[in-house]
Amino acid sequence: MISLSGVAAQFTELALAVLLAPLLTGWVNKCRAWLQNRSAPPLLQPYRALNKLFQKEVVLAHNASPLFRGAPYLIFGCLCAAAAIVPTLGTDLPLNAAADAIALVGLLALARMFIALAGMDIGTAFGTLGARREMLVGFLAEPALLMVLFTASLISSSTSLTTIVDTLAHREFVIYPSMAFAGVAFTMVSLAENARIPVDNPATHLELTMIHEAMVLEYSGRHLAMIEWAASLKLFVYSCLGLVLFFPFGIAGGSDWLGIVLALPALLAKLAAGGAALALIEMLLAKMRIFRAPEFLGTAFLLAVLAMLVHVLLER
Amino acid sequence: MTMSGAPVHEVLGVACAWLLIGALGLLRPASVDWTTRFLYPAGAVAGLALAAIALSAIFQPAASVVLPLGLPDLPFHVRLDALSAFFLLLLGAVSAGVSIYACGYFRQAQGTSLGLVCLYFHVFLASMALVMVADDAYFFMVSWETMALSSFFLVTVDHDHAEIRKAGYLYLLIAHLGAIAILLCFGALQAGTGDYTFEHMRALQPSASWATAAFLLALVGFGAKAGIVPLHVWLPEAHPAAPSPVSALLSGVMLKTAIYGLIRVTFDLIGSPLWWWGVLALALGLVSALGGIVFAAVQIDMKRLLAYSSIENIGLIFAGLGLTIIFHGFGMGALAALALTATLFHCLNHAVYKSLLFLCTGSVLHATRERSLGRLGGLIRRMPWVAWCALIGTIAIAGLPPSNGFASEWLLLQAFLFTPGLPHGYLNMLVPVAAASVALTAALSGYVMVKFFGVVFLGQHREARLAEAQEAGVWERTGLAWLAAACIFLGLVPATAIGLLGPITRALTGHGIGNLAQGWLFLAPINAERASYSPLLVFAVTSLLVAVAWLAVRAFYHGRACRAAAWGCGFPDQNARMQDTAEGFGQPVRHVFEPFFRLEQHEPAPDDANPRFSSSAEDRLWYWIYLPIARAVAYLTALVTLLQRGRISVYLAYSFVTLLALLLFIR
Repeated sequence: MISLSGVAAQFTELALAVLLAPLLTGWVNKCRAWLQNRSAPPLLQPYRALNKLFQKEVVLAHNASPLFRGAPYLIFGCLCAAAAIVPTLGTDLPLNAAADAIALVGLLALARMFIALAGMDIGTAFGTLGARREMLVGFLAEPALLMVLFTASLISSSTSLTTIVDTLAHREFVIYPSMAFAGVAFTMVSLAENARIPVDNPATHLELTMIHEAMVLEYSGRHLAMIEWAASLKLFVYSCLGLVLFFPFGIAGGSDWLGIVLALPALLAKLAAGGAALALIEMLLAKMRIFRAPEFLGTAFLLAVLAMLVHVLLER
Repeated sequence: MTMSGAPVHEVLGVACAWLLIGALGLLRPASVDWTTRFLYPAGAVAGLALAAIALSAIFQPAASVVLPLGLPDLPFHVRLDALSAFFLLLLGAVSAGVSIYACGYFRQAQGTSLGLVCLYFHVFLASMALVMVADDAYFFMVSWETMALSSFFLVTVDHDHAEIRKAGYLYLLIAHLGAIAILLCFGALQAGTGDYTFEHMRALQPSASWATAAFLLALVGFGAKAGIVPLHVWLPEAHPAAPSPVSALLSGVMLKTAIYGLIRVTFDLIGSPLWWWGVLALALGLVSALGGIVFAAVQIDMKRLLAYSSIENIGLIFAGLGLTIIFHGFGMGALAALALTATLFHCLNHAVYKSLLFLCTGSVLHATRERSLGRLGGLIRRMPWVAWCALIGTIAIAGLPPSNGFASEWLLLQAFLFTPGLPHGYLNMLVPVAAASVALTAALSGYVMVKFFGVVFLGQHREARLAEAQEAGVWERTGLAWLAAACIFLGLVPATAIGLLGPITRALTGHGIGNLAQGWLFLAPINAERASYSPLLVFAVTSLLVAVAWLAVRAFYHGRACRAAAWGCGFPDQNARMQDTAEGFGQPVRHVFEPFFRLEQHEPAPDDANPRFSSSAEDRLWYWIYLPIARAVAYLTALVTLLQRGRISVYLAYSFVTLLALLLFIR
């Protein structure tokens, strides 16, 4: 069942995700700077920042436990595994038999749990505050994401992401009204999960509003680099997941090497457009108060449930 | 007398061994060494033996025995089939770990009579084993009541405290209300024949109305024992009151006897459940799951938090059971088998990880004498062994891969995803809502467990004396390691445990789960095209990626680190009290789920020289249901006192009037 070409495709996708993820972050930052009429940082700025952080010495708090030191690698590993599951170029991925969409949500939740625990480990006021807020965002966003994935799973009667792609991209074109609801819900969830405006602001260090940055305040050096890289990977995973669910066209079916080679420019173009759209959304919205985040995410959750209901009522 | 087949005599032997060990505890009731060096280890060996016997019994045909005990003409019937064997395996494996732990735990117990505790503990274990093999209503009720009474005495071991006596009273009250319902259920099932053996009930085909009555009574009776909303109020009082090993048994194993009883009555004794019973069980289960986890999030006592989380897990198990009944009622046998598998597997998983976490709280309690989350913190540095075991339990209970909790929740969600095939329009609409609440519950349990682990084990010590906390002793650590290893094993190779469930689903739903586990590596319900999951592969790939990342960073850069004070954000006087408290960590949930709670808050005036802030979040059901009933009962009993005059002449007049009335009406 596991073919050599499948393994090769799997490794290609994983390497591509790990290497391209900071580029996507750089691209979003660049678009945002353009829209704000600022002079933009270079596209490769995230790589330079990572390199700088890796070279710096790590400063640990006196009471940091092994969990604090291990968490960055664990989070990075979880997000790499998540990136390996989401099909970006082809659908012949051996790892997809081991982990489906529910396992993907589980891996993302595991990474979130470890980052929250690491935030609580030193015992500073900000660390625990960030952890609490992150878990607040998480417990509403996670079920919404799961419902979005369930809607797609019900359409393709499978929770395997490759089968979902095969159903949505490679059979006759059908418009699913449920996927429209799911798309809105997914966009809202992705904004919240990736610490974007309107839920969080990736550029802020203003104490009262930050979520993600508050948790990782105690990290430095290579640990911080791993966390930053993992954050870029998370954005990449969510972007690719969005493409898989709503714009799956161009992803090669099976292990067709020509198709995979052609899928790469398609993926890059879609990611570039997605990144620009994200920058535009961030430009148009204002950061909201943290107390409003549950309402925002609750709306996303309800929309996702509605998507499933619409599918059950109308599309069978 | 006995047929060939399952080793039913051996199971009875283990139960007798437990009873004997308990009785031996009375020989030298005050000796610490006698009970903890000899009796509890012997109990653990008996538990392991029971697990081994049960493991071999699952694949053997059922065997039954009639014991020459009990009343004349009413002997005890005993039967061991696959369902009993699975629950006995759960009991044996979990109790072995708990008993080993108890060897260390009860060495430090103060003010309790060790011999008596040893007696109650082992009678409790034996009665649970007998509940699972009883084959007539009489023996079942005798074992059931023995279980309730022995656990009542265990809950009230520390009866010096008024609130523990109150908790014990509440527990006993609701346990007996449940027992009455179960008794009536058996009464409905024997259909007026007077034959109370399960074999007879199995053979009868009750009419739909009698079957429904029996199911509803069973749902109330076993639901009261399992702590299903609204009969859950005793659980968060009684489970934390008991010593930690007992809490572990109560939450881990005793709740499962109720699940066992409900499965036995619904699928075995009634035999043909109607689909709408499943909707009822599903709804009750989902309400319990969501309510339980929301209340767990606002608790400030670590054992109460775990007790509420037990309500959540029992709710999920009920939801799975409800789904099984729905599928079975519509004749979709293979899907019923899938849902039943998810349910039973979740029972096993919950038994393992909830016992593990209760034992961890026991070690924390020993080391710090503190149950309140607000006065703990930073224990990972003082008690690393306990902390890492607790982390395994935390990941499992939060339902995260690659743990066993995730494996069973994955199966349950897969079962939900199959429901759109149901031949009933309204049900199909309910399913997305049900799946959404399962997903929300699972995500909330992650929140609760981050709170639990983070506040207890991470951060700074909230009290100075925590810096002297001692790591748990070797017996306690062995017990914890046994259960943690079980969590890891069940998580990484769930297919082995699920393979054990095949005979049960074949017996109860008529369908196997043969193709559910594709080899030992993969889980794949119905067919691998739809969904498959391999925790071992996920774990291997993720660990490999973590290792590669770690090595690559060392190879390309460096591994230097230095220690410094935590950054204070420019504020010099940071102290441990500035971390989030348990109340603070629960605040967002309190805010989002405000209608669930009866909130009371007292805020001091701005010019108060001695400000006091207090807030409480209580269960509304207590005020809506229980207190009105209690008031009504108190009112009625007050009416009775009108008759009670305290003068003999009045009582003689009552007798005379009664006699006249009887003569008049009965003649």
